[in-house]
Amino acid sequence: MSDTVQTPTAEPGGSGIKTLEVQIWRGGAEGAFETFSVPRRDNQTVLDVVTEVQRHHVPDLAYRFACRVGVCGSCAMTVNGTPRWTCRTHVGKVAGDGKLSIAPLRNLPVIRDLVTDMGEFFDKWTKAGGKFTGTRSRAEPMAEVDPTSRARRNADAGIECINCAVCYSACDVVSWDKDYLGPAALNRAWTLLNDSRHAAQNETLAAATAHGGCGSCHTQGSCMRACPVGISPTRSIAGIKRMSLLDFLGMRRS
Amino acid sequence: MTETRLFLLQRISALVLAPMVILHLVVILYATRAGLSAEAILARTGSTPLWPVFYALFVVAAAVHAPIGLRNILREWTPLSRGVTDWLSLGFGVVLLVLGLRAVWAVSGWAA
Repeated sequence: MSDTVQTPTAEPGGSGIKTLEVQIWRGGAEGAFETFSVPRRDNQTVLDVVTEVQRHHVPDLAYRFACRVGVCGSCAMTVNGTPRWTCRTHVGKVAGDGKLSIAPLRNLPVIRDLVTDMGEFFDKWTKAGGKFTGTRSRAEPMAEVDPTSRARRNADAGIECINCAVCYSACDVVSWDKDYLGPAALNRAWTLLNDSRHAAQNETLAAATAHGGCGSCHTQGSCMRACPVGISPTRSIAGIKRMSLLDFLGMRRS
Repeated sequence: MTETRLFLLQRISALVLAPMVILHLVVILYATRAGLSAEAILARTGSTPLWPVFYALFVVAAAVHAPIGLRNILREWTPLSRGVTDWLSLGFGVVLLVLGLRAVWAVSGWAA
């Protein structure tokens, strides 16, 4: 995680500002920003601000969160134009001028206020061949995976994804092409393609390279820049492209 | 023709095109710097089957490569249906192929 624990005095932009001017999206796809004044507090996160608005200003404000510590992946929103985990984003990091704009994630249908319908995001996860197919039963010995192998290291690089949809929201190709599976789903497919225990290798490769798959990626790298855990789906997608070329030429390993 | 095949065809044609484009540019720069006349150039392109073969391959690779990219652009930037983008791109590819091969035929000197 890139965030470090900050003391109140060390917070950038934290000095001097007593009140935050917070704009929050209200309504569905058709809606408008509503402005609230929220006291600036020490070690305040954007999620703290949303919670404060819900408790003291608009009790019917719809938003999602669960763990508050960057594990569950449910609190992602568009903060000052950028998709972020609100729980792990300190106000001082994004609102140096005391202004915050909080909107639902881009590229997903808005249900109400800050809540989006993530159905298509998870459907595409499956559509990209993201379902694990094992071959062993619990009676058999565990599969041995060499931690230093190239495949294991490739899988390692993408495995920490928690499905928060920040990358999906950051991706321009998703907004242009509704059939595009998106960075998270293809990153998942890449981790499976590097998992020696996954039996349906050909099926996953076929799904990840079909219409809307890795061929649609423009390698812009927005997903990589936005990912809160530092995964590069761009690299994973490039891996699938390379693998599909090697497969076509009959030179694919494993 | 699957999306995967089209994607791979575009990459492979790019691999073919890259060195050819460089050689093409080098030759153009050389010919114009050396002050060759059109007649002199045509005499040289017609003197060996190497140039017509080189440019025929060039045209085929370009006619494969460009329409696939155009199809992607049309799909992302226009509201056209998938069927329409397929046919428009295919038509564009045929135009490139016919115009290109016609030019190759003209500079080969074989018609004369």
